[in-house]
Amino acid sequence: MAVDTAPASGSSLVDPGQGRLPSWSTGAFAAGGLAVAFLLLLALGSPTVAGVVGLGAVLFAVASTVASFVVEGRRRAVDRLATTLVSGAFLLALIPLVSLILLVVGRGMESFSWTFLTTNMVGIFGDMTEGGIAHAIVGTLLITLAAAVISVPIGLLTAIYLVEYGRGPLARSITFLVDVMTGIPSIVAGLFGFALFTLIFGPAYRAGIMGAVALALLMTPVVIRSVEEMLRLVPNELREASYALGVPKWLTIVKVVLRTAAAGIVTGVMLALARVIGETAPLLLTVGLVAQMNSNLFEGRMATLPVFAFRQYEQGGTGIDRAWAAALTLILIVMLLNLAARLISRWFTPKGAR
Amino acid sequence: MSKRIDVSDLDVYYGDFLAVEGVTMAIEPRQATALIGPSGCGKSTFLRTLNRMHEVIPGARVTGKALMDGQDLYGSDVDPVSVRRQIGMVFQRPNPFPTMSIADNVLAGAKLNNRRMSKGDAQDLVEQSLRGANLWNEVKERLERPGSSLSGGQQQRLCIARAIAVRPQVLLMDEPCSALDPISTLAIEDLIAELKSDYTIVIVTHNMQQAARVSDKTAFFNIAGTGKPGKLIEMDDTATMFSSPREQATEDYISGRFG
Repeated sequence: MAVDTAPASGSSLVDPGQGRLPSWSTGAFAAGGLAVAFLLLLALGSPTVAGVVGLGAVLFAVASTVASFVVEGRRRAVDRLATTLVSGAFLLALIPLVSLILLVVGRGMESFSWTFLTTNMVGIFGDMTEGGIAHAIVGTLLITLAAAVISVPIGLLTAIYLVEYGRGPLARSITFLVDVMTGIPSIVAGLFGFALFTLIFGPAYRAGIMGAVALALLMTPVVIRSVEEMLRLVPNELREASYALGVPKWLTIVKVVLRTAAAGIVTGVMLALARVIGETAPLLLTVGLVAQMNSNLFEGRMATLPVFAFRQYEQGGTGIDRAWAAALTLILIVMLLNLAARLISRWFTPKGAR
Repeated sequence: MSKRIDVSDLDVYYGDFLAVEGVTMAIEPRQATALIGPSGCGKSTFLRTLNRMHEVIPGARVTGKALMDGQDLYGSDVDPVSVRRQIGMVFQRPNPFPTMSIADNVLAGAKLNNRRMSKGDAQDLVEQSLRGANLWNEVKERLERPGSSLSGGQQQRLCIARAIAVRPQVLLMDEPCSALDPISTLAIEDLIAELKSDYTIVIVTHNMQQAARVSDKTAFFNIAGTGKPGKLIEMDDTATMFSSPREQATEDYISGRFG
């Protein structure tokens, strides 16, 4: 019965030998799998949620595949197994993400409040529960913005060179160097920023811009890569259409290529920003941490959210609550950035054919 | 508003590869000249050399002479950008700019070049060009809609409107109907018949009936085999070419007895 059916001589589209499992069978198998898993584990000792769900999933996969093989034949059984595996992998990948968000929101809410967002840490010591992260939010935003100001123009122009102009060994070596740069450990980028400014301004110099340069080093290759991909997606026909109207190459790039790719470029830049905004090591090394607000990028240490969270967690006590709340704030900022990117790229997306 | 082009002994290379060899032809003003021939015989390549569009491909170069009203298109002091402003082009697949409205697509030649024009002038140019491309009545209600919202045939006429909005001397068309249905094809063929009273038109086509319908002169290109250069076999009045061509190869191709 469960053999690939050879094309019958009658060649009817309905194969009389093949049944179909009813649509409620999936639910039934799932419930049955969970129940059997629960009973089995109960017999062996104490059942846990993870154990029941894990074993139940395995039982479900086996039972539904075997039943389908017997009733529906080989092709549908394989289809069911593949569907089960794909959905299972998706749920598995969702577990750490959801649990991380639940954990951060749960722990972070304990000391998260408007006051927490709007005060700094001046005069806070010991077990005092006051204090906040206004200075760290400002520091993170300023330093990340400065990193973007440095790396976006460099990345954009490099990508334009690679896609529109670059030929031969120079373009190939730039591509290779960008690949190498993508792999730089963040601590090395921090050391680079530190060494660069120490060479120029002496060993005592500390400023937010040091961290911005270190972050820009990490961000640039990501920007180059994503912008490059976006520019390559612009159809050549549009460039040719522009040339054929007597538009010079540079205007074609600015007004046709960049404009057409704008949505993707914005998304790429935002992803690169999200990638560096949570970096701790290079900032710990270069800008350090202070208790008061410092909004001058070029003078003195600055507080940033990742470094703040790290130091507070190290201190223990009420610091741990502050660390969680700072982590929650960081996640919120990244989410807001992504939301903004979505809106901006929707704005730029070519209004579609309908 | 139309000029003649005289080509003599033109060779086109892609790197070391000789793609088209020894073309000599005279393209008359206010006439439609059709280029026919099998795929890969170099008619599109030749067409693109007429407004230096082939230079977009790295390694492409040309030897020989191409004169527009006596001016060398390949003179050392000639800017390919200004050549393309005088010799417009319409491509095989309609390619309106997806980020622009219908009106902005027509004005693209001016807007992309940062040319300033008053609102009234811009509106006049849009209407005039769209009327010229027989599209005005279909789109006048929705000039602000994106160009990609039109049908394929309308998009192609939009591209023609865009090309004539820069007021070129010559209009090159590279298989403008091959992606279109018969009705849109008919619309474009009617348009070509009108346009040739103002412009010099060169059209590449795979459709011999089309060449017979729209053109005054026909040139037949052929290729001896893969890897060999394409050559101009013969060129004559369209009527003569389709009734009594001089070359056997032309007759074989036109009557469908080809390879």
